[in-house]
Amino acid sequence: MTTETKWAFDQEYITSFSKEMNEPAWLTELRVQSLAIAEDLSLPRPEKTKIDKWNFTQFEKLLVKSDIFSAVDDLPEEVKALVDMEAKDSSLYVQRNNKPAYLQLSKEMQEQGVIFTDIFTAAREYSDLLKKYFMTAVKSDEHRLTALHTAFMNGGAFLYVPKNVQLNNPIQAIFLHDDAEANLFNHVLVVAEDNSSLTYVENYFSTTGKVNGLVNIVTEAFAGQNAKIQYGAVDTLAEGLTTYVNRRGIAGRDARIEWALGLMNDGNTISDNLTNLIGDGSYCDMKTVAIGRGEQTQNFTTSIIHFGKNSNGFILKHGVVKDSATSIFNGIGKIEHGASKSNAEQESRVLMLSEKARGDANPILLIDEDDVTAGHAASVGRVDPLQLYYLMSRGISKHEAERLVIHGFLAPVVNELPIEGVKKQLVEVIERKVK
Amino acid sequence: MAGSVLSIKDLEVEIEGKQILNGINLEVKGGEIHAIMGPNGTGKSTLSSSIMGHPKYKVTKGTVMLDGKDVLEMEVDERARAGLFLAMQYPSEISGVTNADFLRSALNSRLGEGNEISLMKFIRKMDKQMEFLEMDLDMAQRYLNEGFSGGEKKRNEILQLMMLEPKIAILDEIDSGLDIDALKVVSKGINEMRNEDFGCLIITHYQRLLDYITPDYVHVMMQGRIVKSGGPELAQRLEAEGYDWIKKELGIEDETVGQEA
Repeated sequence: MTTETKWAFDQEYITSFSKEMNEPAWLTELRVQSLAIAEDLSLPRPEKTKIDKWNFTQFEKLLVKSDIFSAVDDLPEEVKALVDMEAKDSSLYVQRNNKPAYLQLSKEMQEQGVIFTDIFTAAREYSDLLKKYFMTAVKSDEHRLTALHTAFMNGGAFLYVPKNVQLNNPIQAIFLHDDAEANLFNHVLVVAEDNSSLTYVENYFSTTGKVNGLVNIVTEAFAGQNAKIQYGAVDTLAEGLTTYVNRRGIAGRDARIEWALGLMNDGNTISDNLTNLIGDGSYCDMKTVAIGRGEQTQNFTTSIIHFGKNSNGFILKHGVVKDSATSIFNGIGKIEHGASKSNAEQESRVLMLSEKARGDANPILLIDEDDVTAGHAASVGRVDPLQLYYLMSRGISKHEAERLVIHGFLAPVVNELPIEGVKKQLVEVIERKVK
Repeated sequence: MAGSVLSIKDLEVEIEGKQILNGINLEVKGGEIHAIMGPNGTGKSTLSSSIMGHPKYKVTKGTVMLDGKDVLEMEVDERARAGLFLAMQYPSEISGVTNADFLRSALNSRLGEGNEISLMKFIRKMDKQMEFLEMDLDMAQRYLNEGFSGGEKKRNEILQLMMLEPKIAILDEIDSGLDIDALKVVSKGINEMRNEDFGCLIITHYQRLLDYITPDYVHVMMQGRIVKSGGPELAQRLEAEGYDWIKKELGIEDETVGQEA
C-alpha cells in the first residue's frame, strides 16, 4: 500500500518519538496504526458547523522546549492566581506546553495509593493500567481527529483513584500554553474505581496572545460502580488556536459524573462533551457556560446517552454571543432501548449581545424506550428588557444591570468550581469578555 | 427639611397604540400617603409603570415632575436615583444574582462612586431590615426573586424599599396574593417608613390594606382618569358599598379602559 504522507510528522518520526519517551510497545503500535488510518477517516461532523476548511492537521512543531518549575513559588503570577497557595495538602500538576513542569501530590493521595502523574510517566510506570483505559471511551478510529490525537499525543495527565478511596481535596491540573509555537495534543485520563470519589479541576491557559496553532484534546473519565467524579474545567486558549476538545465520561452502576465546564477559548473551537450512562442508576450532570466574541466560530455539543435503567441525565448550557461570533449549542439526550425509568432533561439558553452575533440552541431528544421521562427547554434571545427595567428601577445603571444579568446567566458553572482561584479566574474572564 | 413633591399633570399614556391614561392629575408630597383605588382594568398599574419608565408604556401628553425636575426626560435608573421607587406587582426573577449582591449594587449606585457602603455595614443593615420584616435570613443569599413565593416577593419588595429609602414610593398592588399575616408584616414595613420626608402612593383594589395603613388621601380611578378624591372615609365607603355608586353618580357604564371589545 502506498500512502502519501500528508501529515506534518510521519510514521518514522512518531515511532522514534515514542521510543525516545520510553513508551511501551502497545502505545507505539497504537500511535502508528492511528496515523495510518487517519487519512482514510473523515473529520467529525458537528451539527450545524462546517469544519472542513479548519486546520486540524498542519502544524510545525510537535514538541517545544519548555523549562520546568522547581517550586510552586516559581510559577508565573497568573498561574499562581489559579492555585490555592494557602491550601494544606493539595495536589497540583502543571504542564508547560508539552513539558511536565511541576507535580505536587497530597499526603492524602500518596497514603491511599492514588496515582496522579503526567501521561508519559503513566505510560512508562503504569503501562498495564493505562492500556486498560486509554482510548477506550473515545476510540482512536472514530474520526480523523481522534486518530491524529492518538498518533500525536504530546502531553496530558493520568489520575487513578483505587477502590473505596474518597478524596476530600480537589486535584488540580494546569495546562499552561506560553509558547506561541506550541501545539497541544493533550490526553487526560481519569479513573475512579468502585466506591471511590474525586474532584478534578483543570485549566487550559494561554498567556501568549494571538498565535497560529492547533489543539486536540481528549479526556476520558471512568466512574466505576458507585463512584463519583466531579470534573471542572476552564478553557482560556488563545485566539488563533484551532481547538478540538472531546471530554467523555463512562458511568458504571450507581456512578455519578458531574461536569462543570467554562469554555472561554478565543479561537475557533469544537467542544464535544459526552457521557455514556452504562450502569443502572447512573447519573450525569453536565453544566457548560461559554462566551463567543470577535470573529470566532464555536460548536458545543453536549450529549448524555442512557443505557442503564433508572439513569438520570441533566444538561444545562448557557452561552453568550457577541460581536460577529457564531456559537452553536447542540444538546443531545438519548435513551437507548432497555433504559427504562430513565430521565433525560436539558436546558439550553443563548444570550445574544449584538446584531451580528449568531447563536443557535438545538435540543435533540432521541428516545428508544417507552417507560421514560424527558424534557427540554431552549431559547435564543437578548437580555430580557423587563429584567433590565427591574434592576434599573432600583437605581442600577443599564450597563451594570446588563453585567449583573450576564454574570447571573453564567453563574451555574462558576458556582460548581471547587477551587477559589479557578472560580475567581472564570469570573474575571467573563468580566473581560463581555465588557 | 420638607419632603419631596411628585407632581403629575394631564398625563396621557398609551401602550401598543392603545390609550390607557386619559389625563391624570395628582400631587404627592413628602409625609403624605395617597391610595389609588379602582376596579381592574382602569389604568392604575399603567400609572405606576409610566412614572417609573416601563419600556412598554409611551407617554403621549402631560408631565411628571419630581422636585421641579422632569422625570419623563430621565432614564429608569436616573428616576430611581432621583428618589423614586416602585414596588412592582410582578417583580422579575434574576437567576445567578443573589438578593444581597443586587441590593448592595442598588444601594451603591445611589450613594455614588467613592461613597459606597462597607460590606459589614451593609450586612448589618440588611439583617436588621430582614428581621423586621420577619424574613428568613437565608433569603439574602438566594437568587433575586427566583423561586420566591408570591408573599416572599412582596416582602422582598418592601425590603428593598426600606434599604433604599426613596423620597417617593409607589406600591403597585403590594397586597395582592398576601395572607393576613404577610399583609400585616408588609404594612408594618410601610408604616415604619412613614415620616415627613417620605411620600407614598399605594395602588390597590382592596380596602383591606388600608385597614393597616391609614392613607391621607384616597383617589378612585376609572376609564384612565381619577374620577373621585377624598379622605380615608372614601375608602371605607368603597369597602361597604363597592364602586357602583360612583359609576351611577358619574354616569359611567364601563369603568375599564383600553380593553379589547
